[in-house]
Amino acid sequence: MGATIVEKIFSRKCGKDIRAGDVVMAPLNGAMIHDITGPLAIQKFYEMGGKDVFDPKAVIMLFDHQIPADSIEAASNHVYMRKFAAEQGIHNYDISEGVCHQVTIEKGRAAPGEIVVGADSHTCMYGATGAFATGIGSTDMGFALKFGALYFRVPETICAEVSGKFQKRVGAKDLILAITADIGADGATYKAIEFTGKTVRKLDMAGRMTLCNMAIEMGGKAGIVAPDKVTWEYMKGRRKMKPFDLDSDPDAKYAEKRSYDVSGLEPQVAVPHNVDTGVPVSKVAGTHVDQVFIGSCTNGRFEDLVEAAEVLGKKKFSPKIRTIIIPASRDEYLKTLRAGLIEKFVKAGALVEAPCCGPCMGGAFGLIAPGEVSLSTSNRNFRGRQGSTEGKVYLCSPATAAASAITGEITDPREV
Amino acid sequence: MAAKKTVPVKSVVVREPHTAQNMRAWKFGDDIDTDAIIPGRFLTINNPDELAKHTFEGTRDEFAKKVKEGDVVVGGRNFGCGSSREHAPLALIGAGVKVVVARSFARIFFRNSINVGVLPVVCPDADKIADGAKVTLKIKDGYLEADGKKYAIEPVPVFMQGIIDAGGLVEYAKNLKEVPVCTG
Repeated sequence: MGATIVEKIFSRKCGKDIRAGDVVMAPLNGAMIHDITGPLAIQKFYEMGGKDVFDPKAVIMLFDHQIPADSIEAASNHVYMRKFAAEQGIHNYDISEGVCHQVTIEKGRAAPGEIVVGADSHTCMYGATGAFATGIGSTDMGFALKFGALYFRVPETICAEVSGKFQKRVGAKDLILAITADIGADGATYKAIEFTGKTVRKLDMAGRMTLCNMAIEMGGKAGIVAPDKVTWEYMKGRRKMKPFDLDSDPDAKYAEKRSYDVSGLEPQVAVPHNVDTGVPVSKVAGTHVDQVFIGSCTNGRFEDLVEAAEVLGKKKFSPKIRTIIIPASRDEYLKTLRAGLIEKFVKAGALVEAPCCGPCMGGAFGLIAPGEVSLSTSNRNFRGRQGSTEGKVYLCSPATAAASAITGEITDPREV
Repeated sequence: MAAKKTVPVKSVVVREPHTAQNMRAWKFGDDIDTDAIIPGRFLTINNPDELAKHTFEGTRDEFAKKVKEGDVVVGGRNFGCGSSREHAPLALIGAGVKVVVARSFARIFFRNSINVGVLPVVCPDADKIADGAKVTLKIKDGYLEADGKKYAIEPVPVFMQGIIDAGGLVEYAKNLKEVPVCTG
């Protein structure tokens, strides 16, 4: 019987045949901690008797959720983490680089065939590089920092095979919202989701990251795209690695296979208050919005901002609403800046912030009041996620967000 | 050949929290996410007692005011979905809740709970448990009683058992000098 890419990764790491359902203490290539879950992870590391982390070079630390520090408590958490990084010899990107997942991938901290953990649920995004990556809690992270290994129950895999050509202004975010609505908020619990098919092969890394990022919204342990030319090209300059084959075998055993044809796919919008509620934009077009957020680890890349800028054209964002745009990292910010898009966005009326999580997690800034509506390119629309529990959050693509920011109501980007 | 599925397990019996008798049930629905358990704006707090003051804030405000030591939270499907924040089970611990019963759990919350010492109990009939019901766990016998009615519960995965028996992952890991890498 053939093996899935996930089974292959665990087997390669351990030098023996490992299959879905096996429980294994697997060695880790990397671990990521940020300002929200990091302090607890460090505390747990010490409580476990930890003295030195397993490999300072394998640990990545940065602050992105509450930066620049928005409270004395956040500032104190940052101080605590800086001290740990200095003591342990861990490279700390501090507040300067951007959203953890984007930065981890950009810095080459996840690569094909590796096993990487992060103390954040959207760590599954690194699967876009062909790594097995999963989000863990702080205590598991304390354990990972101490031992460089963690127990895994190797997951079964759902194969999502995607075919067809996207319509103009429809893309990876619309696809993953549609897949999430199909599989459901817990349809992939304890499973990996492998994205395959001709359409996925044609996606750039940015699109693949958007897909893998949201595997957790179906309960998934990991999202993954087998490495190909696009992946290896992206790894150049980031890692010295020779390309190798890591594809799932044709006779690999999947938990299930699902096929998606994107040819007729409309722009999708997930409606409050769950992520698996995606509907065609036409169903909710005309809904008033108070705030539009374009950014986050899901959709804050240069490619996303180019899409938003193309929709914007020479128009202005509606002065009746707030439009907040945040590139996901320093690199993405610089690319956007050099392309002249930051100036374009600012002149059109947007507030462009420095790279960070922004309104996505409803902790730092950009919160919504009772009765307000947020339209966001991020990944979660749970009640209260972006502020008041009496507010509403809708999720969409950068194109739909930009179109809606122009009109002040949810708008089909194909009609702007 | 599959890897050998063995983990260090001290005992095969789940340690029942001393509060597992006649627990008052706080009933919630499906897809209770960790943002609902503890909203993002409180995540600078790492102390369970302080977190407890904001548990379910905006979702069910009376909870933090009225919850008592030894109460149980009962959820529907996919309890604890979303963010990996361990502040969620820590807030429950601070509120005195040591047991959560649900039809099903999201993966990270399930594992976090066991790691920090909250027992997640899978009960396919959790929806039948009423708010305010008195719940008693009979883990060894494979069921729980809610207002006198018996409902089956599922056993915890074997590889998590050692962590539960130790009283959480910190206690489990404290005396470990090294880990059996690449063994089950």
